[in-house]
Formats: sequence, structure tokens, C-alpha cells
Amino acid sequence: MDLTKLFSVALGAILVNNFIVAQFLGICPFMGVSKKVETATGMGMAVIFVMGLASAICWPINEFILEKFHLGFMQTVTFILVIAALVQFIEMFLQKSMPSLYEALGVYLPLITTNCAVLGVVLQNTQNSYDFITSVVYGVTGGIGFLVVIVLFASIRERMEFSEWPKAFEGFPIALVAAGLIALSFMGFSGLKVFG
Amino acid sequence: MQTVIIAIVVLAALGAIFGLVLAFAAKAFAVEKDPREEAIAEVLPGANCGGCGFPGCGGYAAAVAAGKAPVNACAAGGAAVAAKIGEIMGVAAGDSVKKLAQVHCTGCGQNYKKYEYVGLHDCVAASLLPGGGELGCAYGCLGLGSCEKACPFDAIHVVEGVAQVDEDKCKSCGKCVDVCPKHIIALVPYKTRRHVAIRCSSHDKGPDVRKNCDNGCIGCTLCAKSCPKEAISMIDNLAVIDYDKCIGCGICAQKCPRKLITVDGKVPEPKPAAPKPAAPKAEAKTEQAPKAETAPAAASEEN
Repeated sequence: MDLTKLFSVALGAILVNNFIVAQFLGICPFMGVSKKVETATGMGMAVIFVMGLASAICWPINEFILEKFHLGFMQTVTFILVIAALVQFIEMFLQKSMPSLYEALGVYLPLITTNCAVLGVVLQNTQNSYDFITSVVYGVTGGIGFLVVIVLFASIRERMEFSEWPKAFEGFPIALVAAGLIALSFMGFSGLKVFG
Repeated sequence: MQTVIIAIVVLAALGAIFGLVLAFAAKAFAVEKDPREEAIAEVLPGANCGGCGFPGCGGYAAAVAAGKAPVNACAAGGAAVAAKIGEIMGVAAGDSVKKLAQVHCTGCGQNYKKYEYVGLHDCVAASLLPGGGELGCAYGCLGLGSCEKACPFDAIHVVEGVAQVDEDKCKSCGKCVDVCPKHIIALVPYKTRRHVAIRCSSHDKGPDVRKNCDNGCIGCTLCAKSCPKEAISMIDNLAVIDYDKCIGCGICAQKCPRKLITVDGKVPEPKPAAPKPAAPKAEAKTEQAPKAETAPAAASEEN
């Protein structure tokens, strides 16, 4: 296994092609669950968890079922089905067998069922023809990138509670402006290349 | 045509497998839930907007069922949903803001009584006596439990001479507010996640408060100055919170030199290494000086 390539995939998923600020996927939870650092962290953890698992489950389904029957065009539909079922299953499983982990992640899991970032990660895995390991690494690190940005954003929103802003910007507009500024600052990573 | 059939068959097979797995999991991993939680989740809009500050409608429903969230936090559902949740939880949603009876007194700390009251064990009777009762402070809780008797929910009790509200039991009916002769109980809106309260009603000036009470508000204005939202104003030597502006940050509670402001019912630990409290300390010393002179005088009067 080429570790250099894995590292560049990982770094790319966290910083350069960050799912939120570079690809604009998963904006819904990014805006919705970023009011407090605490909940943002929980959401980020759940996204890491689901993205990693979804990558791991979808890869064999794509490789051994869809490819075999030449059903590449059904990817999107199939992956939605797989992710939705997977998340439901994980939620039930966690609630029964690991209540503490369920406390931490469980409530966020249903929110991710139809998250476009999760669908995005599995679709990109197949588009880039990643192998199994790379897919899982891309999924997990994509989730880490999500966690980094949502925690940053939640911290900023907590600070903004104390700030003054024009009346017209109250609430979501000022949050969107802040999100835009974060996206701009992450543009700085776009030239980053690992080992050539 | 063949491709279409294959696609249908494969997807149907996948769907059937997942459906069976989920059906099996639902049985195998079934966990008993608070039935109220499901009832609340059904009432909620189900948009998972996160406007309440909880992760989605399910998270909010769980928090309400556990008593950790107010019934009216759902901004999308508004007053109608708040009323329905209130019905499920047995809480009066009222005007879509949950309210709570709050006692604005923490007790005087030690014996500052002007005289010993021996009479009917009732606040109204005691308050009719000269000076409004036995306490040195004309505003404080008499602790004879008229509110305790009036409360239909067993939610207010006199603990160490001061009435205290059990926030879990309080249904904000307002009976205690009506019965208190000192008017130190008020229904306050309970909307921020952390509830800040100033537990004093004394309109006396600082030195006078110190004479009669260990805890009362001395009107130093530190809380009003430190509030980032300007939610605290000084009315007749007493700090008062405007709950429309309060965001529950608790900074005022950190600043209060009398440890009088509570956050969620508790006095927070002061943050260490803050250079500013030096100033109020000096101020406090100068104010304490007259107290030292008058306190023995008051004591001799009592004797």
C-alpha cells in the first residue's frame, strides 16, 4: 500500500477538498447544528463514524454487485438506499449495545441519513476508483475535515453572540457571512500539494 | 430491456435484504423509550431545523421528555406546538414562554432579627407587625411558609428560613406569587438554556443592606456594567434582569461580589486571576467601616 498516496488523500480530504468549505456538501448540518461547540463536536464525530462506515460498506456493493451487473448508472440510488439503511441499523445497534456511544452520537445519526456529504464521499470513491483502504481513509478523513470546520464555525458563532451587527444581518445572514469567510480562508490550502 | 429488468431485480433484492435486516434489528435491538418522547416527536414539525439548539426534532423531544428543555423552544412550531408539548408534559405553556416562580431572596445568612416573633405561623400575619416582621431587612423572606401552604404542586419549600422553588415541580400557576406579603416571588420567563437570577429584592442602600444581611444586593452595579447585552439595570439600588435581553451567559454571576446571582440555581465558581475585583474590594472595605460601628450599636439595642 502506497502510504504517500494515502497521506495525500487524507490531507486533501481534511484541508484542500474539504467537504464543507471547498465542495459545499453537508451545508445543512453545518448551518443547523453549529450553534454550540458541544453539539457541533458530537455531529462531527457522528459524521466521521458514518462516512467511514458508509465508504466501507458501499465499496464492496459497488465492486461486487453494481459493477458485475453493469449497473454503474444506479450508483446514486443504490448508495442512498444503503446509507439510509446503514444509518438506521447503526442507530438501533448502538442504542441497544453501546448506550454511552449512543448518547454521544445517537441523536445526530438520523440527521446524517440523507446528508449529501456522506453520499458525496461514496460517489467520489467510485469516481476516483479508489481501492477499499483508500475509500475508507477518504471517508474517515473527509469526516475529520467536516469536524474541523464545524467546530471552528461553532466557536465563531458562540463568539458572535456578543458582537454587534446591523439589524438586517441578525441570525442566519451573519452566520452565512462568517461561513463564507471561513471558506475563503480555506481557499489558502487549494495550492497545497503533498510530495509533488 | 434486459438491463432494466436486472436493475429492478438487483435493487429490489438489495431493498428487501436491507428491509429484512432492519426489521430484524428493530426487534432484536428494541429499547424502551419514554412514551412522552415519541408523543412529543409526533407533535413537532419534523423539519430537523436545529433552531432549538438541539440536534434535530428527536434530540429536542428527548431533552423535553427528560426535563432538560423548555416546552416552547421550537421556533418553527411556535405557540401551537408549544401548547401541545405542554399538554403532553403537563406544563402550562401559557403565552408560549415557559415561566417559573422565582424567589428573590437568599436569606440574611445569620441572625439579624429586630425582635423574636411569636405568633401565628403565617407570613401575612407576621408582615402586619411593625417593621413588616421580625427581620432586620424589610424586604426579605419571612420563612413562615405561606407560599408552601398555597402551592398545589408541592413545589415550594422553606429551607433554612427561605422559600425555595423546586424547578422540576413548579407549574408556574402563580399561587405563591399572589400569597407572598413581601412580593418577593415572581414568575419569570425561562427561555435561555442557562437561567440567571438575582436573588434579592432589597431597595435599601448598600450600607443599610450590609447592616441587615450577609447576602443582599448592595447596588455596586458591577453586574450591570459587566453584562454584554445590557440586560441588567439598577432600579432603586437593586439590580434587575431584563429577561428579554438576557442570554444566560452568567458573566454577571462571576462578577457579583455578594455571590447573589445564580446560574441554573447555583452560584458559579469565581474565575481565578481576575485583576478587576481589587477595586470593589477596596470599595467594600470603605463601606464596611460604618457597618462595624453600627453593628454593635444595633446589637446593644437588641439587648
